[in-house]
Order: sequence, then structure tokens, then C-alpha cells
Amino acid sequence: MDILSLLVVIPVITVLVLFFINDNQMVRIISALGIGIETILTLFIAKGFMAERAAGNSSEFLFTRDTVWFESLNIHYFVGIDGIALAMLLLTAIVLLAGIFISWNIEDLTKEFYVSLIILGTGVFGFFISLDLFTMFLFYEVAVIPMYLLIGIWGTGPKEYAAMKLTLMLMGASAVLLVSILGIYYYSGMTFNMQEIAQMEMPIHAQRFFFPLAFVGFGVLGALFPFHTWSPDGHASAPTAVSMLHAGVLMKLGTYGAFRVAMYLMPQAANEYSTFFMGLAAIGVIYGAFGAIRQTDLKYINAYSSVSHLGLIFFGMMALNKTAYTGAVLQMISHGLMTAVFFALIGMLYGRTHTRDVRKMGGLLKILPFIAVVYVIIGMASLGLPGLSGFVAEMNIFVGAFQNPDFIHRVFSVLAVSAIVVTAVYILRVVGMMLMGPVKNEAFYKLPKAVWYERVGALLVLLPVIAIGLAPMWLTTLIQESLGHIVEHLAAYGH
Amino acid sequence: MGDFTYTIWIFILPIAAFLITGLFGSKMPAKVSGWIGTASITVALMLALRTAYQYFIQVGFVEGHRPTVFAYKEVWMNFTETLTFDMGILIDPISVMMLVVVTFISFMVHVYSIGYMKGDKGYYRFFAFLSLFSVSMLGLVVATNIFQMYFFWELVGVSSYLLIGFYYDKPSAVAAAKKAFIVTRFADLGFLIGILLLSYHAGTFDFMTLVSEDGPLLAQSAPPVFMGLSIFGVALSLIFIGGAGKSAMFPLHIWLPDAMEGPTPVSALIHAATMVVAGVYLVARLFPAYHGVDGGVVLNLVAWTGAISSLFAAIIAMTQDDIKRVLAFSTMSQIGYMMLSLGVSGMEGHHGLGYMASMFHLFTHAMFKALLFLGAGSVIHAVHSNLMSDMGGLHKHMKITSWTFLIACLAISGIPIFSGFFSKDEILVAAFEHNKVLWAIEYIVAGITAFYMFRIYFGIFWGKRREYHHTPHESPMVMAIPLMILAALTMVVGWAIPFGNYVMPDRMAYHGHIEWSLAIPSVAIGALGIFVAYIFYFKETSLPEKVSSAFGQSYGWAKDKFYFDEIYQFFAHKMMFAGVAAPIAWFDRHVVDGFMNGVGWMTETFSYLLEGWQSGKVRQYGFSFVAGLLVILFAVLYLNGFIDFKG
Repeated sequence: MDILSLLVVIPVITVLVLFFINDNQMVRIISALGIGIETILTLFIAKGFMAERAAGNSSEFLFTRDTVWFESLNIHYFVGIDGIALAMLLLTAIVLLAGIFISWNIEDLTKEFYVSLIILGTGVFGFFISLDLFTMFLFYEVAVIPMYLLIGIWGTGPKEYAAMKLTLMLMGASAVLLVSILGIYYYSGMTFNMQEIAQMEMPIHAQRFFFPLAFVGFGVLGALFPFHTWSPDGHASAPTAVSMLHAGVLMKLGTYGAFRVAMYLMPQAANEYSTFFMGLAAIGVIYGAFGAIRQTDLKYINAYSSVSHLGLIFFGMMALNKTAYTGAVLQMISHGLMTAVFFALIGMLYGRTHTRDVRKMGGLLKILPFIAVVYVIIGMASLGLPGLSGFVAEMNIFVGAFQNPDFIHRVFSVLAVSAIVVTAVYILRVVGMMLMGPVKNEAFYKLPKAVWYERVGALLVLLPVIAIGLAPMWLTTLIQESLGHIVEHLAAYGH
Repeated sequence: MGDFTYTIWIFILPIAAFLITGLFGSKMPAKVSGWIGTASITVALMLALRTAYQYFIQVGFVEGHRPTVFAYKEVWMNFTETLTFDMGILIDPISVMMLVVVTFISFMVHVYSIGYMKGDKGYYRFFAFLSLFSVSMLGLVVATNIFQMYFFWELVGVSSYLLIGFYYDKPSAVAAAKKAFIVTRFADLGFLIGILLLSYHAGTFDFMTLVSEDGPLLAQSAPPVFMGLSIFGVALSLIFIGGAGKSAMFPLHIWLPDAMEGPTPVSALIHAATMVVAGVYLVARLFPAYHGVDGGVVLNLVAWTGAISSLFAAIIAMTQDDIKRVLAFSTMSQIGYMMLSLGVSGMEGHHGLGYMASMFHLFTHAMFKALLFLGAGSVIHAVHSNLMSDMGGLHKHMKITSWTFLIACLAISGIPIFSGFFSKDEILVAAFEHNKVLWAIEYIVAGITAFYMFRIYFGIFWGKRREYHHTPHESPMVMAIPLMILAALTMVVGWAIPFGNYVMPDRMAYHGHIEWSLAIPSVAIGALGIFVAYIFYFKETSLPEKVSSAFGQSYGWAKDKFYFDEIYQFFAHKMMFAGVAAPIAWFDRHVVDGFMNGVGWMTETFSYLLEGWQSGKVRQYGFSFVAGLLVILFAVLYLNGFIDFKG
């Protein structure tokens, strides 16, 4: 078996083992073990990948494996990774592992919870290694479906409404996406092989029709404005680890898919639509930031903040140059990590104070120093403080966006850049209200400090944020190396 | 050129101190974290002095010019093959001067804080933040390119945020910290956009390329794009907005008075001597570009911003009761001098006097303003109040503080021998030779400065004798010694250092002399200010009330800082919060989400309408089946030509 397929097999085996275990503590340990092995495997793959690259292997995808699945429809099980996919795999492994630790205290239906969580993870891993559109779509659905159960069963608040809304909107998007995938299949001579499709040129009229479908279809999952409203409600009701995985990883399926399928396969249409979608993304960036200013529920604040930060990813993609692409991919990683920490911390705070309303909290820095300090650091990363990952990603996006002197591009770029001020406002508002100031509730003095699994979970995700922020070169190089083909491809059409 | 690689240790030591005290400070005795911080900055100071000695004395001039040395320059991140984000250590006259200033003032403040912060429960946190600030500020001054400067620029901003909000359970401190961060961040938006414009139009971030005569900015003349400015002029103006925000220039000054919520040693280090002059340093760093691009139009903007700020702040400073706020406005006013001085400067020889004077004033101001703040801290430490109305007659209780404070007041008032006289005189000469109106403004400000400084000096140490709960006493030696050192330097550095020999825009030696025809009038107006303050405040009289009521309404305006806080409040809250954020929140819930819910509702309604079809009755299904079959059969027959309607 090839090494990439192991990424799918290990979680599946973990799930199968879990079926035979009834002790909750054992379920946790097995889950942590399984995903721990998965994480180590991912690191091992990363090491192998870089070694191959260092040895001068410059083929676009490494570790490829192509097996015919359905001969008659020309569906293959075709997997392989480039630097971008590798980065996404690392992100997934870290966030999934952290999510397992953060959920350590779930006592209701523990086994079912972990099974759903790991199935979700399987779908995500499979999605990122797929190079066949059909396989990719299959894994996409595997990842999205457990979400309904996870929110509907283990969620809080109006969870049925939220779960339903989320699932229906994502399914609606899937339908659009399926049309687009079938269209691409049809117009590229009946193949799902993305590498082949990228080499040939789809007829421009087909690109014009299917590009928006694919981009928006994936965009919904990436909370592209104005298709983002499932996200605040969904996150607000979801349990902690699900929010972490969903915002941290699953929404990246949307942005990654938009990049890999829409942009990569239909570059000509991407050029034609770029100004429109760039404007939409820029509006989303500033809209999400202003949306976050008014919210009082921590999860809503973070959901709107995600709309803003994910908007930057789409914005970077539509700037159509290597620098901005690098920034967009970095932002996927950076936002994935940051938002996972945010949701983990919100879960910890909610578990203790039983509220997510920032107006009811206050002075928590004094009582819960670990949680508060991590919150401040990650808040700073979120507002783009140098030395943390957000800065690295944003600067690549902004510099990339400014490489086009066209007036309308400048307007959109300035609009997107100005979000750095609004972001500072809502981050510092929360820090000021919730962590600083006098303690508003006497009962808070008795709150327990962070326990070991919470610390492990939070630090697992926090440390990469700092590492990328201080030494970004290895990651940017990894990403830039993989962008050569896409950029050449796009360059052939004007940019 | 010599080897400057050891300068890296100036950074490594404070970083190490920050990590050790930040991570483990809560687990060790409070004292230890203070000592770790102080020890690291002491070594950093030694190294900075060694750098200065090596650079200015040993290396000296190379072919008549002071050279530029890169101790380090590494690619930190690459945007494209040619556009890179470097990190490095740039050694040139102004960066070496700033290295000395920052490490020295930081050292003084560290020592002083050991006494001042004693017993505070956030003791280790305080020293961790001080180390973080020091290293960020040092990284800023040695930046080899504008992006590195922006990197550390933001980091000093966050250190400032953390230190202003040091007493984080005090709502006013939290609000002040937030305000400082957001206002400077708003200014930094301009800075960032300026950098981004340069990234495309100049294709480099490197300072040396940007200011070089055959570089992209100065070699070609770009066409005007906006109000007569070329794209480079626009970029430099935007960058200047960032500098103006950090240096609390009008109208972005509103955060500085509130920043006084932080502990007083912090005000001395960050909000008087080092961080707030970053804007001046930025303009100085890019000075040839400001001077050359678009015929120096942007430099005029710098000069006028400086002049207006210095006058505006001086007027407000006369009316404030909180001594730290008086000092804050005084800082703003003195930075206005520095900005103005850069704004009136030229490049070559004597024309470069303004640049030299600005840097000289930055240097002397750092010492005497730090001294004033530390002295004020000593007083506040003794009487537990910031308000001048709670003080008076303290001279007999606190001799050291009183004498050192007096020396600093004389320096800022421009009295000969003291350092401020020399630097301010050069500024006035440069202004006089460039533009008489600007000179006149600064001349008046010099008088006002002397007046308000001696107003607080007499108000604190003389004036009415008050009854205190506890008899005030002199601060401990660990606090008093830094005061004495700073006072001694304030008396010496003005005449002992031939500054023109070290720092000039053309990097050549310049031998300045005192222009007595301008110096005598400015000493006179300073003395007049002191004299008026003496009459008003040395003994308790009703004169101040009479005069202030004579000014009537306008006195109140100045006391309320000309309502700038309220204006900003209006914009921030009424316009952005209520005018933009609230409608967006409404729009999102009702229009965007409403549309999505509407789609869901339509689907549901549609399914109700179709519900009748799923009746479960076999005969209905049978009917539908047969009917459908007939329709299809008919269609197939028609399409294949078996039925022809045309007959």
C-alpha cells in the first residue's frame, strides 16, 4: 500500500477498533493513539516530501498512486500531494489531534462522538490527497455528513435548527458543485483526473459556465460572502471540538477546493471573473470584521472573524499571482490554527462560566491565567501581529494584491487592508471586556484552572502559530515550489 | 570597516530575559526577575556603547563620509525572486545613536523600576514586558528595510499596549491601552499602504536603495497622480501618517495623554524617550527620499505638522492639573520641534542643520524628559497622587528629586549650559533660515514651554505648603541615583558632544556654532516664561485664577483639550459603531440570512404543495403510472414520426 492511502486507512482502523470498546477512557486513549500515529505519519510524509524535493524531484505531485476504480466511467482512485496539500495535511493532523484532547471530558455517548469525529477527519485527509475529482467529491461528502450528527446530538442551544441549516446549505452547495464537476468531466473528454484536465484546455464557454459554479460551490463551505450565514449559527451550536475542526479544517476544504478545482482547472475563466470575485471577497473581509464588532457571543464573534479571515483567502486567490497565492495558502494554515485555538479556548471558558456572553465576563486574566494568556496571544495573531502566523499570511496576500496597479484592484486592496484596523477593534474589545477589567462575578473566583488535556490541546495548535510567525521561510518555500505550474498556467491567460 | 557581528547580542540578551521572566517569572522570587531584566539590559548598554565607540571613533570617516555597515542582513521571507523581506542590523550614525539612547534610557528605567515597582504583584510581568519593549525598539532602530521596521513597529505598539494596560483591573487603564493601540493602528494602516505601494512602484523595501540617489525614488521623476504628488509622494505621505501616529502628532495625538495610565517608568521609557520618537526616526531614516521626491512637498507637510503639534500641545499643557499629562503634552510639543526641524532641513553641509538639530534634540530630549518623568514618578510615589493640586512645598522633603527636576526644567526651557539649549537653538536657527513663520511659532512655543514647566515645578516643590497624611520622603537610592545620573548628563551632553561631527544628512563632518543673534532672544523668552511662572506659582496667589478667567471660554477649551477626544468618540461610536457596524449586523441577520431562510421556506412550502402526491393510495399511484406511461408513449411515437399532426 502506498503511504498516502495509509492516511485514510489509519483513521478507518481506529474507528473499527473503537466499535469493540465500551470503556470511555479507553475510547479516548485509542482515539488519541490512532490520531497520534496519523500525525506522526504526516510528519514522516512531510520529511519524505522535502527530501524528495531536495533531491531534485520536481514533478508536480509526489507519492502518486493511480488505480482504476470504475472502468466504464473512467473513475480512478488517484492520490498524490504537492506542497500545498502537504501543508493542509499537517494542519489537519494537528487540529484533529488537539480536538481529541479538548473533547476529553465528553461523557455522553463518548464512543459515538469520537467515531463521528474521526470519520470526519478521514474525509478531510482523503480530500486533501485526492487528485481525482470523483474521489475528491466522495471524501468531501464523507467529511460533511458527520457534521450534522455532531452538532445535532452533542451541540447546545438551538442545535437542531443550526444543524439543519448548516447541512442544507452545504448540501445545496454540494449539488452545485456536483453539476460543476460533471461539467468539467464532460468538457475535458470524460476524465476526472485533475492533472490531465489542467494540461488540456477546456472550451472557454464551458469554463465561463462552470467556473462560478465550482468557485461558489466550494465557496459556501469557505463562508464566502454572502453565503456565510450558516457559519455563525452552526458554530454557536456546535460542541468545542467540532467547531475547532469545522472552522479549522473543514472550511479549508472550501478554500482549498476553490483553488484546486476552480482556479487550477479553469484558469481562463478565473482571469475573466477575477475582478468580480476579488470585489466580493474584499467586501466579505471588511463585512465580516464589522459584523464581529457588534456581537456579544464569543462564538459569533469568532464566526464573523472567520468570514473576514477566509475572505482574505479568496481575495488572495483572485489577485492571481504567486505572492498572493502563497499568502492565501498560508492564511488557510494560519486561520486554521488560530481559529482552532479560539474555539478550544471558548469551549474551556464556556465549560467553566456557562456563558459565552462577553458582557457577563470580566477580569478572567487574574483567575484563568493560562487560558487568558493564550487568548491574548492568539488574538494578537488574529490581528496580524508580527512574529505570529497571521502577519506572514496577510503580508503575502497584501503585497501580492498590490502588484496590480489597476485602479479598481487598488480600491479593493485598500478595502481589504483596512480590515487590520477593524480587526484590532473587535479583538481588543473582547480582551478588554472579558479578560481585563474588574471581576464581574464573585463566583468566578472559584473557577478551576486549565487541566492537562486542555493545555496539551491548546499548545499543540498555538506553537505552530508562533513557529510559522517567527520562521516562515520553510513553509513559504514549500508552497511557492508547488505554485509554479498553476502560475504558469494562469500566466498564459493575461496575468 | 570593522566587525560588528557582536551587535546581535544586544538583541539576544533582552529576548532571553523576556522569555525567562515571562515564562518562569511567576515561579521565582519577584526580585530575581527584576535582576535578570536589569542584567540583560546592562550588558546590552555596554555593547551599544562599544558599538558607538567603534563606529564613531575607530571607524570614523571613510573617504570623508560616515559609512553604512550591515552587521547582518538575511532574507527572512521572500515575496518574489527579487522582492524580499530581510532582517538585519544596519549600522549608521542615527542607528548607533538610537542604540545608545534606547539601551541607556531602558537601563535607567530598569534600575529605577526595581525601587518603583517594589511590592507590586505584577513585578515579573512588568520586567518581562520591559524586555519585550526594549528588544522591539532596538529591532526598529537597526532595521535595514522598511518592512523590518514595520515588523518591530507593530511589536513596540503591542508592548506599549501591554504596559499601558499593566494595571489591567483598572477600567481606565484598559480603555487607555485599547485607545493607544487602535489609534496608532489606524495610523499604521497608512504606513502599511505606503509600504505596499513602494513594493510595487519601487520594487524594494531596502532603505539604502530607497534613499540612494540612483534608486527608484530619486533617479526618475514619476508623473503626478494625486493632488500634484507622484506615486512616491503619496507613498511617503502615507508612511508619514504612520510616523505621525506613533509620535502623537496632531491630529493623531489623542492616545498619548491617556497612555499616562501606565506605570510612570513606562511613561518615561516608552511615551517620552523612545517609542514616541519612532516617527521622527522614520522620517530621518528616509530623509533623502522625503527631501528629494516631488521637490520636498511632503517635507513641508512634516514641518507644518510638527509646528502645529508643538503649539497646540504647549497651549494645552498650560492648563492641565495632572502632572503626567502636562509632561505628555510637553513630549508632544517637543516631538513637534523635532519634526519641524526635519521638515526645514536640506541635505548638504550647513543646509543639513535641521536634520542634525532634530536628531540632537531627540538625543537631549530623551535624557531630560526621562528625567522629568522619573522625577514625577518619585513625587507620585511620595504623595500617591498625580494631581498638582494635591502637591506643593515638597522641596524640603525631597531635595534630590527637586534639584534634578529643576535641572530638567531648565534644560527644556532652553537655558544655556543645559542640554536643551543647544539642541533647541540649532532648531530655531534652521527654522529661521527656512521659513520665518515656522520660526515665530517655535519661538513662542519656547516661551510657553518655559512657563508651563516652571508652573509644575513651582506648583510641586514650592507654592502652598500642604498637610500630607504621611510626611513625604525622598525616594530610595535605587530610584534617586538614576535621577542624579540623568541630571548630570543633562548638564553635560549639550556642550560636550560635537553632535554635528557625528550625525549629518550628508554624513560629513559639520562644525556648528551657536548663533547668538537668535540664541539671546530665545533665552530671553524662556527666562520670561520662567519669570511669569515664578510670579504666578512660587507663592500661593489668586493670580492664576484671575488670568484664566480673563481668558474666559477659551481657557476651558484648552483645558478640555479642544474636544478632540469627543470628536473622535463621535466618529468611532456614532459613525463606525452605530453607522456601519450596526446596519451590517442588521443586514446580515435580516437580508442575507433572511434570504437563505427564505429559500428554505420556499422549499418547504413547495413540498407541502406536492405533499398530496405522496398520498399512499394505490389507485392514485396506479392512475399516475398509467397516465405517465401514456404521455411518454405518445411522446416517443411523436418524436419518431409515427404521429403527424399536420396529417
